[in-house]
Amino acid sequence: MNFFQFMMTNRQQVLDLTLEHITLAGVATLLAALVGIPLGILITRVPQLSKPVLGGANIIQTIPSLALFGFLLPAPWIGERAGRLAILALALYALLPLIRNTYAGIRSVDPAVVEAGRAMGLTDRQLLLQVELPLASGVIVAGVRIATVVSIGLATIAAAIGAGGLGEFIFRGLAMVNDQVILAGAVPAALLALLADFVLGTLERRLGSLHLKS
Amino acid sequence: MTVPSSHGPSIEQPAIEFDHASFRLNGRPLLQDLVLSVKPGETVVLLGRSGSGKTTTLKLINRLLLPTTGDVRVNGRRTAEWDPIRLRRSIGYVIQDGGLFPHFTVERNIAVVPRIENWPQARVEARVRELLATVGLSEDLASRYPSQLSGGQRQRVGVARALAADPPILILDEAFGALDPITRSQMQKEFRALQRRMRKAVVFVTHDLREALLLADRIALLEEGRLIEDLPVAEFSGSRNPLVRAYVEAFSGP
Repeated sequence: MNFFQFMMTNRQQVLDLTLEHITLAGVATLLAALVGIPLGILITRVPQLSKPVLGGANIIQTIPSLALFGFLLPAPWIGERAGRLAILALALYALLPLIRNTYAGIRSVDPAVVEAGRAMGLTDRQLLLQVELPLASGVIVAGVRIATVVSIGLATIAAAIGAGGLGEFIFRGLAMVNDQVILAGAVPAALLALLADFVLGTLERRLGSLHLKS
Repeated sequence: MTVPSSHGPSIEQPAIEFDHASFRLNGRPLLQDLVLSVKPGETVVLLGRSGSGKTTTLKLINRLLLPTTGDVRVNGRRTAEWDPIRLRRSIGYVIQDGGLFPHFTVERNIAVVPRIENWPQARVEARVRELLATVGLSEDLASRYPSQLSGGQRQRVGVARALAADPPILILDEAFGALDPITRSQMQKEFRALQRRMRKAVVFVTHDLREALLLADRIALLEEGRLIEDLPVAEFSGSRNPLVRAYVEAFSGP
């Protein structure tokens, strides 16, 4: 039985696991964005926090993923369900690119433009929403793109703790020493990552060239 | 707004008043004991080299900075007592190369203050058209982005944006510094004509003596954070102060 035959005979399961995979990576990235983007904004306002916050997110990234799942296991409520655990772990990994890009994006806005805005009587909030975030949006979306791609890739490991997703095929294939089964997980996961990269990359280029139309 | 209809220079309250104002940054004095006032309708040019304290002086007016000691008063009120947002919206600010928002069209750039002041849409649009005409720009440019404009056009938009809500005070920091000599000279003449009509209190920062002589009613020369000379424009070139002499000679050409 070759790869395509395997995919066809098991298409319902491939579809289910793909959807599960999208949910894991999608919810994790969304959570990470909800925390990471505001945190990135915060550290542009309170510069003393930038080192500890970026350092902390950096340290999380260096923890091996399987070990992180293990660390989180004893956590109340989170540890009860494998799905919750996997989403939290993935979200933690996705934090760094989101915080870093939001911070870098806002910091890269021309200081003369920000000062002009302040001198014109824009409030901090108006300055952030009307000037800094729009001008940083390309870099922030680049962070979302990296976070999404990383989450889709890492979500394959979630199967190791029984959280499902396309990693199920990969781990099963490894146990069975069956390449077709491994590929049935790896190929759709890679395609998902490429698709997310393409869609968000297009958005990123559009935002990046917002003011460079000619 | 508060632009007066008649100009009795002696009894009028100064629009801007520096009362022994000093500003120190990390112990380093950037401006020392400045005494200077600007009346409505008057154009004072702050002349000086880089690091002389010109920009610091401007930032004290719109409360981007607060004086370390002494007072800066705008319309009779200490800037420290003003709500900084209200204060800044009553002061038009023009910087080199316009400082325009690159993601806004010309139209939206000009309309920034009217919009945050919640003017009705029709009034904003009418004001933008009026200002484009005032600064000599075609209405076709309204939908362009700053990156699609020439340096001179950007500077005109910068002036229009500063004038949008008709502020009684206008401050300009090397406003025409990034322009080629021909455009620059043209902008200076137009600005002078504009100021004759508007009669705002204007503080114009430059290091160019010719520009100062062309635009100023009074020239205040700053050097290392100190006011060296404050004279009506007609008397400035005749001053015997050695620093003024050095300036005049540097600009007298070969």
